[in-house]
Amino acid sequence: MKILVAISNVPDTTTKINFSDDNKTFNTTGVQFIINPYDELALSRALELAEAMQGTVTVINVGDAFTEPTIRKALAIGATDAIRVNGEAQDSFFVATQIAKAALDGGYDLVLCGKESIDHNGGQVPPMVAEILGWPSVSLVKKLDVADGTATLEREIEGGKEIISAPLPLVASASEGIAEPRIPNMRGIMSARTKPLNVVEPTATEKTTEITHYDKPKARGQVTLVDAENPGKLVDLLHNEAKII
Amino acid sequence: MALLVYVENLEGKFKKSSFETLTYGKHLADKLSTTVTALSIGKVEQAELDKLATYGATKILNTSSEKLAVFNNQAYAQVITAAAEKESADTVIILNTFSGKGLAPRVAVRMKAAIVSGAIELPDTSSGFVVKKTAYSSKAYAYVNMLSAKKVITLIPNSYKVEEAAQTAATEVFEPAVDENCFKTVVKEVKRNTDKVLLPDAEFVVSAGRGLKGPENWKMVEELADLLGAATACSKPVSDAGWRPHSEHVGQTGIAISPNLYIAIGISGAIQHLAGVSSSKVIVVINKDPEAPFFKAADYGIVGDAFEVVPKLIEEVKKLKAANA
Repeated sequence: MKILVAISNVPDTTTKINFSDDNKTFNTTGVQFIINPYDELALSRALELAEAMQGTVTVINVGDAFTEPTIRKALAIGATDAIRVNGEAQDSFFVATQIAKAALDGGYDLVLCGKESIDHNGGQVPPMVAEILGWPSVSLVKKLDVADGTATLEREIEGGKEIISAPLPLVASASEGIAEPRIPNMRGIMSARTKPLNVVEPTATEKTTEITHYDKPKARGQVTLVDAENPGKLVDLLHNEAKII
Repeated sequence: MALLVYVENLEGKFKKSSFETLTYGKHLADKLSTTVTALSIGKVEQAELDKLATYGATKILNTSSEKLAVFNNQAYAQVITAAAEKESADTVIILNTFSGKGLAPRVAVRMKAAIVSGAIELPDTSSGFVVKKTAYSSKAYAYVNMLSAKKVITLIPNSYKVEEAAQTAATEVFEPAVDENCFKTVVKEVKRNTDKVLLPDAEFVVSAGRGLKGPENWKMVEELADLLGAATACSKPVSDAGWRPHSEHVGQTGIAISPNLYIAIGISGAIQHLAGVSSSKVIVVINKDPEAPFFKAADYGIVGDAFEVVPKLIEEVKKLKAANA
């Protein structure tokens, strides 16, 4: 089985977000970049499946050379090889187009992604890849098993879960619970340096969206503290001041 | 030309957040001088469909064939695209739910439309078509200009206030052809507990963290939640430890929520947790550590031991409920 895992290069979860250039650009000064945490879960599950079924795992990233340390980290975790599509991720359709092309050209059986990137929070790429390819897809997957060309997946729904059976080839997006994130060991880190990282040029697409600027939520006012002996005061404030209960 | 709103139902009933999408659609349609067509897929009674007119739909398309009774993102995307074509709708609104997330990007590809997922306000059409959405896991907002003529927008539950705008609307049966291949994907089993308030679109959320010391202490959290009609949630360490299911984890790598009231008990307020809950309208923090960073992001706070404060709080909420009963 050939698995393609799409990874995104995102600011570490502890990052304090700042913008520069008149709030038009994310300020990367002092920011550490990591594999998007959900993509890391997808990669971990892909490696488990590949090990059980004598398969391979290729990671793909759409980005400039700046993202290569993150790709090398994925190789250190255990991916067989990597593809970097050398282009700026202009919008989700552009990214999905590149991944769909690689999935088709490489004859992959399964495309795994994280449920969303923690920077753009769109979650658009996995269903888009599937729609471009005419493949089935399941989003927000908490469990994934494959046997005899069919995947069994558990996805999150309002108030519960759904068990789905879908034929390969398939696109799935990973949610918490699908696997425990793997930590690279020394041998992985050493071997990552020599694993193939193929750089390919992107297919152009028409730009569909453009971020004009960013801003940040305004800070809340000073907290109103209520005496621990008198929670009735809190109920009173929520009822009469905030008028919420 | 109309604007199309796909209204999601939950076991045959429309949720409040579905009416939020309709109100959003109605306000956007007014701005664009057009009307709203609502599309329902699945088994929904006529009396329930009629509610869609109350919130601004002037036409209701009803797709209720047996095959489409269960959500299937490929098939539903085809129905929605066909409805948009039929109505000459350039803009489609979908709710940003678990299902909507897997559905809307497919619709965008089929329609060759631009897409924004997670809108929280009406688009600004003064220069372009700019939609405000959360980014960096609610640490920031991004303003996205949609460049294509066709547009798909998904709306975050609880971010737009429902308003009635009664119209008269006829319901039309709508059964477009759907590619048989879609149905190779089969739902084998649905496990749902609808007795509980559902977290992603809950108006009130009571959440607890490691400060509660163990899963056996969640009774008071559940009692407070039941009293308020709230959903229960937890911090990441709690779901990682297996005290509560992952589906209750709110925060940067869990579910992002924006309820009207978020009560955090025994949660210190790490930046990753705050990211997922900071769009809550009112935040209450109960923590015995006065230095807990969460107090800086809260509207109301109690510095105290949760095991003493929460039971008293429960009694006070009961009193309020009794007084207003």
